[in-house]
Amino acid sequence: MIQLETDHLTYLYPGSESPALHEVSIKINRGEFVAVTGANNSGKSTLCYAFAGVIPHLYNGHMKGRVLIDGQDNKDRTVSEIARHLGLVLQIPGSQMSGVRYTVFEEVAFGLENRGVPREQMLERVQTVLALFGLEEQATRSPFHLSGGQQQRLALATVLAVDPAIIVLDEPTTFLDPQGAKLVFEILRKLQQQGKTIIIAEQRLDLIATYADRVLAFDRAKLVLDGIPREVLTSAMLPDLKLKHTRYTQVAQVLQQKGLWPDKLTLPASLAETVDGLSLRRKTHDYLC
Amino acid sequence: MIICAEDLTFAYNDSLMALQNISFEISAGECVALTGHNGSGKSTLVKHLNGLLKPTKGRILVANKDTATSRTAELASQVALLFQNPDDQICKQTVWDEVCFGPQNLGYDKKKTTTLVQEALALFELTSFEKKNPHDFGYSERKRIAMASIVAMDTPILVFDEPTAGLDSYEMSLLINTLKKLQSENKTVLVISHDMDFVAENILRAISLSAGKKVFDGKLRDLFEQTDLMTESGLLHPQTMQLSKACGLYSSPLSTDECVAAIAEQLGQPSLPNA
Repeated sequence: MIQLETDHLTYLYPGSESPALHEVSIKINRGEFVAVTGANNSGKSTLCYAFAGVIPHLYNGHMKGRVLIDGQDNKDRTVSEIARHLGLVLQIPGSQMSGVRYTVFEEVAFGLENRGVPREQMLERVQTVLALFGLEEQATRSPFHLSGGQQQRLALATVLAVDPAIIVLDEPTTFLDPQGAKLVFEILRKLQQQGKTIIIAEQRLDLIATYADRVLAFDRAKLVLDGIPREVLTSAMLPDLKLKHTRYTQVAQVLQQKGLWPDKLTLPASLAETVDGLSLRRKTHDYLC
Repeated sequence: MIICAEDLTFAYNDSLMALQNISFEISAGECVALTGHNGSGKSTLVKHLNGLLKPTKGRILVANKDTATSRTAELASQVALLFQNPDDQICKQTVWDEVCFGPQNLGYDKKKTTTLVQEALALFELTSFEKKNPHDFGYSERKRIAMASIVAMDTPILVFDEPTAGLDSYEMSLLINTLKKLQSENKTVLVISHDMDFVAENILRAISLSAGKKVFDGKLRDLFEQTDLMTESGLLHPQTMQLSKACGLYSSPLSTDECVAAIAEQLGQPSLPNA
């Protein structure tokens, strides 16, 4: 069932000569885990903003086409109405902070307060989310005294606290240490299993390869690839999009040239796919010997 | 030793002990990665190098100057520091003026400033942007502008706080070329990064922090061998090592070629040189 849709979406930022998105049509089903990738300035963040209604409601640029959530046009709803269905995590965590709450605990509670969630429920929810992101010890500190990575985890926590049905994340792992980045994807996978729809702009292709169901690749405002991770992330087009294949794909490519990758097996994008391919090679090779 | 930390300890106002008893030495011309989990103290540590923060206890010497008793303006001629967030750094209305800001403040003459700025802009492919406003660009361009600004200062020591965060693979190649150039000029470079694939391929020595304490100082390859330390530091192995472990190999490949050779050997084939 289609939950989120863009229909011939084109958008030009004010004062810009070339569009940030050009004729983009996407249909996303409820419960999908979709990764959006591409070089910088390819349109990833703009797409995130369009989903959340930040574009066109908070920017004056020129927009053509439509964005629909559950069949309703974003143009007919305010940003705060859209926020009841869709949570947006920004890339730069400082931009996400309310600036009017003085502790990490209060910052996470902010969205819940605005929705009038009962106090007991709110306290419980804040504590759960802080624990999820390992921020309990920071609860009484100022959001602005946290390290870059801690702030990014806080930005995620503030959005997850209000429990939106659709979660859109703009490169949420930029400042996270490797284990922290992996943890975010693990949390997103659990949320997907609970029925949430996940859309994540991300450049760490090894993580996308492991966790996403579907990858959209953008190049200069256009959607150029749309498919399962193994298909998109091993595409020969990737270098033209200024994206680098994962090490797993690179290693398998060289093995393939040496005749050490199973015949007719697609190249891998993830660790698991590579290990499977190699064990298949070993089995068929042993059999032939 | 161009950088020498002795028992460096620092507590923020909210009494959080951000750094505890950290000692290390870095020789001129070395390139060192500073790693560790989020909140481990990496950014706090590098802010001591140009005197933005002063030690609560212990001391840090940069080019034989005690940073606690030297002015930041004085230290700036020795150490250029890239902030993690480019917006904490950018203060001018054009890209050209922004990149000029450092060299001008260091008192370089017009000719030297122009040459340094042109070179730095070219390194990060920003030449065509020089008349534009830095604030009109996206995050990664602002980051490139901030990096060009510190390279243009032509200081003996350069410190990059998370230069790889938010860059795409092409922009990353510009950074890698810059690091190579700086090393060929015998500059001392300290790089904070969470990107283990980038670090594994470009840097030999690592200092790792965990909860404000130094937990490792040595060859990066040796850090990768210590799984407990990697876990404690919030790190994951580079993809080539993850693959080698998952295949039950004993080697620790840090590049595609090393990884292919190890797998080829396991598959009973001679490890042929890369075609």
